[in-house]
Amino acid sequence: MRAVPIPEAMLEPAFDPAGAARDAIGAGLRAEKGLNVRHGTILTLEGINVSFDGFKALTDLNLYIGVGELRCIIGPNGAGKTTMMDVITGKTRPDSGMAYFGETLDLTHMSEVQIAQSGIGRKFQKPTVFEALSVFENLELAQKTNKSVWASLRAKMTGEQRDRIDEVLTTIRLETARQRPAGLLSHGQKQFLEIGMLLMQDPQLLLLDEPVAGMTDAETEFTAQLFKSLARKHSLMVVEHDMGFVGSIADHVTVLHQGSVLAEGSLNEVQADERVIEVYLGR
Amino acid sequence: MTMPLNQTVLARTSARLGPRVSIALGGLILLILIAMPLLHMLPADNSLHLSAYTLTLVGKILCYAVVALALDLVWGYAGLLSLGHGLFFALGGYAMGMYLMRETAGDGLPAFMSFLAWNELPWYWYGTSNFLWAMCLVVLAPGLLALVFGFFAFRSRIKGVYFSIMTQALTFAGMLLFFRNETGFGGNNGFTDFKRILGFDITAPATRAALFLATVALLVGSLLLGWKLARSKFGRVLTALRDAENRLMFCGYDPRGYKLFIWVLSAVLCGLAGALYVPQVGIINPSEMSPTNSIEAAVWVALGGRGTLIGPILGAGMVNGMKSWFTVAFPEYWLFALGALFILVTLYLPKGVVGLLKRGEKS
Repeated sequence: MRAVPIPEAMLEPAFDPAGAARDAIGAGLRAEKGLNVRHGTILTLEGINVSFDGFKALTDLNLYIGVGELRCIIGPNGAGKTTMMDVITGKTRPDSGMAYFGETLDLTHMSEVQIAQSGIGRKFQKPTVFEALSVFENLELAQKTNKSVWASLRAKMTGEQRDRIDEVLTTIRLETARQRPAGLLSHGQKQFLEIGMLLMQDPQLLLLDEPVAGMTDAETEFTAQLFKSLARKHSLMVVEHDMGFVGSIADHVTVLHQGSVLAEGSLNEVQADERVIEVYLGR
Repeated sequence: MTMPLNQTVLARTSARLGPRVSIALGGLILLILIAMPLLHMLPADNSLHLSAYTLTLVGKILCYAVVALALDLVWGYAGLLSLGHGLFFALGGYAMGMYLMRETAGDGLPAFMSFLAWNELPWYWYGTSNFLWAMCLVVLAPGLLALVFGFFAFRSRIKGVYFSIMTQALTFAGMLLFFRNETGFGGNNGFTDFKRILGFDITAPATRAALFLATVALLVGSLLLGWKLARSKFGRVLTALRDAENRLMFCGYDPRGYKLFIWVLSAVLCGLAGALYVPQVGIINPSEMSPTNSIEAAVWVALGGRGTLIGPILGAGMVNGMKSWFTVAFPEYWLFALGALFILVTLYLPKGVVGLLKRGEKS
């Protein structure tokens, strides 16, 4: 495996429910260690429970994502898809349960920043880019590099980094818009820019929340190709409602219902499952 | 590009012309600012002599311009609206004032302490007769306060209007504290009646000229620093932080360190401005910490143009120029005029005067 930075603090888990006071402000130093994925599982969620004021968003959720896998998550509204992503990225703390990235990184004790630095990238449901900055600058900020305050104060871009940005610009088909402020892009272009930012970040696990919402058919098809080319080198977890899109990319589909896994398997298997038809396809 | 050719050419010429005009204009203003103290040093009967009143007024406005620039770094770039920057300004001013009081009192106690029948200096006055230590305090007092406040505020992810309210409360608390005689900073009278600075007569034309030049240097230095920061990757991270903090966190940046750095830097710049303000104006008292002062500073920035470097300086100059004219011509209407100005800017000039100039250049 490629070397992935792990926050030094993570090597010794200590009691810290919020995970907030762990890292010293702005230090941003990381030990260079490889992500331990001995058993071929990049993400392990076991017995996750989350409730908001008595409403159970996730109940005893178990989910495993393999290295290099492209997994699609489907499920009716309120099934807990976004909450699950929040748990993985540290935005929401589970009431109970285990969440491991690789074999050793306990996600429930890491801050959002640490999780991002350790190699999990996330694309939001609503495309979120830095609107005042140009497309090029958006990609520059996302690139994989030292992200501490001091490093940013002295940062100078190397030719190699420039080439990498150009490469990603070509991949997401925004070469001609490189100097345009990101706020002026169309909805679909913003989606692609955000995907491009994830590529710059070069995470091992990509979480994509409804990536093709608002895209044209041609753009959707292109996204499907892009994701398929990313799988194997990266692991992807895609939440999507568009069944056509899911069918075109996924080798493995998980159906969530009322906060836990209802069914798992290929799209055809899942679609043939009686319970899934009942709750999701609504027949 | 989709832009029509003639428009592209126009945009290019104005892009080439724009900086040249602003550099020439900036250079001219700098020359005038350097000439002013020299004109003040001419004998009083010379027709070119500049009065102490004018020099002090402009010096004061230059100090305010540094505050506006410092506030813009946190508000315009990082999106943190502080309504308590007057506190940092006043702390720098008080630190300088302590030195000036000691220098004036010589070996004795400052006058207000004898008045209170105190017979020894409180511990925190220790060493303030030393100019260098006083200069350290100018930086340390606002810097440490900002560091501690910012550390907890940013760690608790306080932002938006809650952050503004807390900074406002902080400066109000500071004002109440400094109003008390027991605090040891002269109560509501504050410090005044300074005589000497570094052994020089504080009202001598040469001293005034030197203080004025130091203020010009501080403003130019702050401007250069701001320019460097805004052009660096750090500046782009701040802009990103303002627009989409969540996205930035999921890119792997820790926003707290960035906010804290710019917040403390801004406070220190305010402290330095306060330290140069006090010897020129000749007084510092707790009313400098009053919430309205800090709000006024936000008006300067909003009027001039947030997120630009030159905007807040223009804003501070314009509002204070108007203020000194208004308070002579129609003293009772100044606050109404200020309020009306703020409403007009918010409604019609969301990008301030600089935004207006840029729009004019494009059309």
